[in-house]
Amino acid sequence: MKTGLRVIAVVVVLAAVAYWAAAGANRGWTKTLIPVKVRDDITGIDGVTYQKKFVPGVDFLAIAVGTAIVATGVSFLFRTKSNLKHPTKE
Amino acid sequence: MKTQLLTLLAFTGLATSVFAAPETFDFKDPKGVNNAGFKLDAPLESINGSASGITGTVTFDPENAATVTGKIVVAANSLILPNPMQQGHMRGDKWLDVTKYPEISFEAKELKNVKTEGDVTTADAVGTFTCKGVSKDLTIPVKLTYLKDKLSQRVPNMKGDLLVVRSNFTIKRSDFNINPGQLEDKVSDEIGITLSIAGASAK
Repeated sequence: MKTGLRVIAVVVVLAAVAYWAAAGANRGWTKTLIPVKVRDDITGIDGVTYQKKFVPGVDFLAIAVGTAIVATGVSFLFRTKSNLKHPTKE
Repeated sequence: MKTQLLTLLAFTGLATSVFAAPETFDFKDPKGVNNAGFKLDAPLESINGSASGITGTVTFDPENAATVTGKIVVAANSLILPNPMQQGHMRGDKWLDVTKYPEISFEAKELKNVKTEGDVTTADAVGTFTCKGVSKDLTIPVKLTYLKDKLSQRVPNMKGDLLVVRSNFTIKRSDFNINPGQLEDKVSDEIGITLSIAGASAK
């Protein structure tokens, strides 16, 4: 259990960093809408429409790292198997 | 007789052009291109958004641009930010409170420093800016472009003229009771506004 939680923590951080990098390594906040410029040739106005797209930001990374820290912290609450097999004599 | 008729036609044309009546332009855009952008500085990245719910009318006389009057209204619940949490905060009661104050508007009363070259007029529009229930007199730079007989190219089966209004100006959120004095280290007091809108005057 102890090792399992630590493995999960590492996997969560690596997966989050990989997804964040693959999605464009956005150093701003997470976005769920992306502005797309639309030009009106008659008036010359650049309008803005929004396209639904999830772009993870630094807050996404922070949540992943936070989750990993919690998982690692919880792992310290479990004893290792060797401690269970050879309990200390008093 | 022919000469008299031509003279009459020429005078009629001249009178029409000299005494052209002011036109009223409707800024409800069927193409949805009209937009008001806004920008606030913030530590991680600037907060950039836009609003598309624009309505209003402007009365413009192509022969006397200085007489422009009108009101442009932005629906507060059409303000969009790419980050859903920021958008929720922006529309909430601490910031814009869009439920209680559904409109942001600018009502132009007169133009100053008017300069016209061809179809393009630049000026300072004097008027009243209203946001979150607070109204303040404001003078903002505007650029007006009159596009005669161009409406049919933009909206098929409609004849008329277009008026494009562009403006860049800055307001302070503290002046309009938008979370005044709070979180200024995270969201700047100054809000940069960019207006790019086109109105139609159908004939």
